[in-house]
Amino acid sequence: MVERNYQAENSAFKELPDRQSPIKETSIGYWMRANLFSSFTSLLLTLISLFIIAVVIWGLLDWTVLKATWTGTTQDACDREGACWIFIGEKFLNFIYGYYPQLLYWRINLVVILFTLLIIPVTLKRIALRKRLLYGSLLVFVYPVIGAALILGVPSITCNVSDPHPLCYVPTTKWGGLMMTLILSYVGIVVSIPIGILLALGRMSNMPVIKMLSIIFIEICRGVPLITILFMASVVLPIFLPPGVEFNKLVRALIGIIFFQSAYYAEVVRGGLQAIPKGQHEAADAAGLNYTQKTYYITLPQALKIVIPSIVGTSISLAKDTSLVVIIGLFDVLAIVTTSAADSNWLGFDSEGYVFVAFIFWVFCYSMSRYSYYLERKYGIQKH
Amino acid sequence: MSDFSKRINSIYNNTRVRVIFFQGATIAILVVIFASVIVNMFANMERRGIPVGFDFLSEEANFGILQTLIYYTETSNYVRVFWVGVINTAVVAVAGIFLVTVIGFTVGIARLSQSWLMVKLTIVYIEIFRNIPILLQILFWNSILRTVLPKPTEPLKLGSNMYLSIKSLVIPKLAPTPLFFVMLGLLVVLFVAIWYINRFSKNYLDRTGKTIPNITINLGLVGIYIVAVVVLFGNIFVIVDPVPSKFGYTGGSDIILEFIALTFALSFYHATYIAEQVRASIEAVDKGQKESALALGLKPSFVMRIVVLPQALRSTIPPLTNQYLNLTKNSSLATAIGYPDLVSVFAGTALNQTGRAVEIMFMTMAVYLMFSLTISVIMNWYNKRVKLVER
Repeated sequence: MVERNYQAENSAFKELPDRQSPIKETSIGYWMRANLFSSFTSLLLTLISLFIIAVVIWGLLDWTVLKATWTGTTQDACDREGACWIFIGEKFLNFIYGYYPQLLYWRINLVVILFTLLIIPVTLKRIALRKRLLYGSLLVFVYPVIGAALILGVPSITCNVSDPHPLCYVPTTKWGGLMMTLILSYVGIVVSIPIGILLALGRMSNMPVIKMLSIIFIEICRGVPLITILFMASVVLPIFLPPGVEFNKLVRALIGIIFFQSAYYAEVVRGGLQAIPKGQHEAADAAGLNYTQKTYYITLPQALKIVIPSIVGTSISLAKDTSLVVIIGLFDVLAIVTTSAADSNWLGFDSEGYVFVAFIFWVFCYSMSRYSYYLERKYGIQKH
Repeated sequence: MSDFSKRINSIYNNTRVRVIFFQGATIAILVVIFASVIVNMFANMERRGIPVGFDFLSEEANFGILQTLIYYTETSNYVRVFWVGVINTAVVAVAGIFLVTVIGFTVGIARLSQSWLMVKLTIVYIEIFRNIPILLQILFWNSILRTVLPKPTEPLKLGSNMYLSIKSLVIPKLAPTPLFFVMLGLLVVLFVAIWYINRFSKNYLDRTGKTIPNITINLGLVGIYIVAVVVLFGNIFVIVDPVPSKFGYTGGSDIILEFIALTFALSFYHATYIAEQVRASIEAVDKGQKESALALGLKPSFVMRIVVLPQALRSTIPPLTNQYLNLTKNSSLATAIGYPDLVSVFAGTALNQTGRAVEIMFMTMAVYLMFSLTISVIMNWYNKRVKLVER
């Protein structure tokens, strides 16, 4: 790059010699010179990163692989020099299914298979949009009911331990593990998005009362930590309800999560609504559409399309935030792992457990964020 | 169509009538809900034998707190508990905000560096840390520090006068002398001088077209000040070294391990968002801006400083403050590892002891709302100031 500083006194331009044409080089040496040591700072940064990589990778490899214990059945097999993966292996089913009766795991597996069968056609480009929307609405409206019924069972049949009836009742207190995390995330997302859209429309509305109420709700829910809302739902909500009316812990946690998350979705959708050019509103008005038609056919579809990446981003935070339910006493995957590490047969294997949970969350959240990146590019949403 | 149904139709389709009807109905429903909530609340509290009101605040708390920065004993009342909690939250927030800014900006700029390896390293860091729940990260840091560090009886000695163990980091206590306040005054003078030099050099540039090396002068002044502080450190503060004794240490101040774990976890988590934001806003500045600045003959260092950065800053500041707020709110997860923040001591222990759920939750949420609303008011004002004027 030519870096010339034409100052005021050099008013007459001097002709510079022609630049040489750039040399086309593709060798590894050239690439390294250009990308690793192009300048002193670059060299320094490369050395620093080499150092960090060496220290971190070596430490991790040492603990997770080289000194780790892979075989055995009790904690005595582990020498505590490195990771003890037997702990994860022995407790694995617990981490996934919580305290659900082992003979009834197939019910949960069935719910997962059902989800996979429904989600595949929704994401496939080849299938007609109309069909994809149909599957999508099945997933949102029908699937949760079937899923809940399958996991819960028939309330009148109690489970006996040795030979449970295939449709017997498993109360929510037995739910837990990864299954709980997924239930909380899925229900949270599916219920919060529509409420969030309504709140966003309310905030953009011309009616002062509706607008004011939406703003108050959104700002309060966004202004406080989720943990205080969960406390509200678990401790204060029962006080506000008439005596005799009671929700179980899971429902209370869900109410808290939905309150919190819908406020965040509302702000995301509002961003989209505000980004639509004024002309769209005016054209819809000029065409004689009423408010419902204008929102349903013109503004909302465009707004939602713009904010798809942000909605996925917010959903990722929601999935991560479900781990907070441990504080009000629900056993999501993190809570199950923490409890298992306090088991006297497996004392002090917190780190292995945390690494395992971190890996599960990471896989889910990272794949979701990659998918959002893909959608962003597919729909051609330009950042600037 | 009969005359009557026509009239009904026209009322039904009248926008003003509809608007009033909708809003009236909403208010009516809300009033009914609120009334029943209040009636239920009094009924439920009476059934549990717990009175409603804020009089419990003057009762004795009867429990100890791990970290108190204001005077607190077990005989203090619940108002004190509340303030201890608020201050502990504020301390984590301030320390976290400082650390997260340093890490976030460092990573964000490293993300744009020329070194391919460094770029990949920052991407790996960002993708790992932002996709793992913050609660898990807090628990993880806490557990790692507890595994790695030695017992309080045989602490790790850092330097000549600091001791690190699984209980706390003990550092020397610094007591300010009169000179401290002189130096504080000089700091204000320094800021005023820098501001004045910058303004003068800008005016001079506007008038004559010649530049004054204002950056060099300012850096020189700051350098002199820092050297003075380092040289006079022993005179600015009276340093009280901690001396190990039978039970803990005499002299020195304690930084509890929960605080360290929490601050680091929060900073490393939120720094990923800040780093991405810093990168995005620098990249978002239109390429043409940089190119035209270069075409005008500005030096590359000038291009960054007076063309790219001011425009990048405009889009960085709001999300940055947002992250600061999120960090403050997430500091409430302290309760998971037992750091005595507001949620932990007030909405936790105090609530369990008194059973005054409604009042305590109301006060706790009000504190966080105060933080958020103050920040968002300032942000709105700032956004209005720096917004591009569009027609």
